[in-house]
Amino acid sequence: MSEFLQQIINGLSLGSIYALIALGYTMVYGVLRFINFAHSDVFMAGAFAGYYMSRGFEFTLPGMHKKALFIFKGLPQESFLAGSFVLLGSMAICAFLGILIERFAYRPLRNSSKLNVLITAIGVSLLLENLAQALFGATPKAFPPLLPSKSIHLGPLLVSTNQIGVLLITFVLMMALQYIVRRTKMGTAMRAVSFNPTAASLVGVNNDVIISFTFGLGSALAAAGGILYALNYQSIDPLMGVLPGLKAFVAAVLGGIGNIPGAALGGLVLGLVETFVNGSRFSSYTDAIAFAILILILLFRPEGLLGKSQVEKV
Amino acid sequence: MLEIKDLIVNYGVITALHGITLTVPDGKIVTLIGANGAGKTTILRSISGLVKPVSGEIVYQGALLDRLRAHEIVKRGLAHVPEGRMVFANLTVEENLQMGAYLQFQPAAIEKEREYIFSIFPRLKERLAQIAGTLSGGEQQMLAIGRALMSRPRFLMLDEPSLGIAPLLVKTIFEKIVEINRERGITILLVEQNANLALEISDYGYVIETGRIILHDDSKVLRQSEAVRKAYLGG
Ligand SMILES: Nc1ncnc2c1ncn2[C@@H]1O[C@H](COP(=O)(O)OP(=O)(O)OP(=O)(O)O)[C@@H](O)[C@H]1O
Ligand SMILES: [Mg+2]
Repeated sequence: MSEFLQQIINGLSLGSIYALIALGYTMVYGVLRFINFAHSDVFMAGAFAGYYMSRGFEFTLPGMHKKALFIFKGLPQESFLAGSFVLLGSMAICAFLGILIERFAYRPLRNSSKLNVLITAIGVSLLLENLAQALFGATPKAFPPLLPSKSIHLGPLLVSTNQIGVLLITFVLMMALQYIVRRTKMGTAMRAVSFNPTAASLVGVNNDVIISFTFGLGSALAAAGGILYALNYQSIDPLMGVLPGLKAFVAAVLGGIGNIPGAALGGLVLGLVETFVNGSRFSSYTDAIAFAILILILLFRPEGLLGKSQVEKV
Repeated sequence: MLEIKDLIVNYGVITALHGITLTVPDGKIVTLIGANGAGKTTILRSISGLVKPVSGEIVYQGALLDRLRAHEIVKRGLAHVPEGRMVFANLTVEENLQMGAYLQFQPAAIEKEREYIFSIFPRLKERLAQIAGTLSGGEQQMLAIGRALMSRPRFLMLDEPSLGIAPLLVKTIFEKIVEINRERGITILLVEQNANLALEISDYGYVIETGRIILHDDSKVLRQSEAVRKAYLGG
C-alpha cells in the first residue's frame, strides 16, 4: 500500500513536468494549428538558463577565458529565494525566446502550407540543439540543487522536498494559467483567436499579439518544466529536451490537442503510467509503452481524453 | 460617408469584383442585393480588411482604409457582422460581448452599451452564462449583432442576417436593425438575399451581378423596377 502511494507521488511529479511542457504544445496548437517541435528545446533552454543563473551568471563563451559575462553574486544558494529567482528568471528568458522563435521563424510563414511550417519547426529545433552544443558544450552538466533538499517521512512515505516543490510549483503555475486563460482579457482573446481568428480580428484583436502572448506563456511553462526536470535528474545537456518533449507531445494528444485542461491531465496520466510500468517487470519497455498509448488513442479516440471531435467549420 | 472606387478583388486567379464603385452616406441604410456568388460578401470583407483589393480605393470619413489590417479598421468605428454569424461558440454569451468590447477601455461606456444591447435583445441577458455554441441560430445572430455593437461603431455591416433563421425572428431582427439606425444614428450597410425585406427597410440599394454593379437607385424605385422584380423579388 505505501509503495503504491509512493509510486503515485513519483508518478505525479514526473507527470507534472510532462504537463508543463504539454501545455505549451497544446496552446500553440490552439492558436496556430501546428505542432511547435522546437518547444522541447525551449524546455532545454529553460534548464540551461536556470543553470547559469544559479551560478551567478558565470558564463564563458567558447574561446573566452573563464571570464564571467555577468556577475550576480550575493544570493544565498539553496534557499527558497534563490530558487524562485532562478525559476522566474528562466521563465522570463524562455518566454522571450519563444516569442522570438515565433516572430522570426513562424510568422513569415503564416500563410504558407502546414508542411512548410512543420519543416521549419524541425529546423528551429535542430538549430537550438546545435547552438546549445556549441555554446554550452555537449557534455552533461551537474545541475545545482537550488532548493534545500531534504527527505521527509510522511508516515510510511519517503518524500523529498524536491518532489514536494515540483508538485507545488506545478499546481501554482497551473492555477495561474487557468486564471489567465479563463479570467483575463488576453486569455479570453486567446480562446477567441483559437476558435476563429477571422472573427477575432473583426472585433479588433490583433492576432499577432495574441499569438506572441501564447508562445510566451507556453515557453515560460516549458522553462519551469526544464528547471523542475533538472532538479530531479541533477544533470542537463543540450539534447535533454528530446525525449521529455516527445512524451509531453504524447500527453498533449492524450488529453486532446488544443485542450488546456486536457494537456495537464494527459501529462499526469502519462507520468503515472510511466512510473508504474517502470516499477514493474516491464520496466525496460517504459518508452515503448508511452508511444503505444499514443497509437492506441489515435486509433480509438483521436480527439483525446478531453478533446471534442472537431466539427468542420462551414 | 464611405466611398468605394473601382474596387477590384481577386481570389487567386478568380476575379470576384470587377470594379465596384459605391457610396454609403452617413446615417443611411444601404443594401447590396444579388444572387449567390455575386460578390456581396467580398465587398464587406474588403471594407473590413479581411481581403486585400488588387486596385481601387476604400475611403471612410476621408481616410483610406484599404492599407489597414482588420483589427485597425475596428478602431476607425466600423463593425462587421460576418456571414454565418461567427460567434465564438466556445465562449459564453458574456465573454462574446466582452470580446466585442476588446478595444473599449471605459467601463461606464461598456456598461451603457451592454444595457442598450439588452434593451433590444432581452434574450441575450437571460443567456449570459450560456455557451454561445448552444444558442439557437436566431439567438446567435442577436449575439453577433450585439458583439459588433459593443465596439461602439458608427458604421455597421451586416452580411445576410436572415440566413437560416425562422421567419418570425427575421422580422424582429430587421426591426432592430432599423432601430439601431434610427436611434443610434449608426450607418448600415446590409447584404441580403431576401431582397424584398432589404429594400423595404433601406434607403438605397445596389444590385450586384458577378462582381459588377448592374443597377442602383433609391430602394423605393428598385422595388418598382421590372428587372429587379423579375430577378430578385419573385416576379
Ligand atoms: N476564399 C475564396 N476563394 C476563392 N474564391 C472565392 C472565395 N470566396 C469567394 N470566392 C468567389 O468569389 C465570388 C464572390 O463570392 P462572395 O462570397 O463575395 O459572393 P456573395 O455574393 O456573398 O454570395 P452568397 O450570396 O452566396 O453569400 C464567388 O464566385 C466565389 O466563388
Ligand atoms: Mg455572401
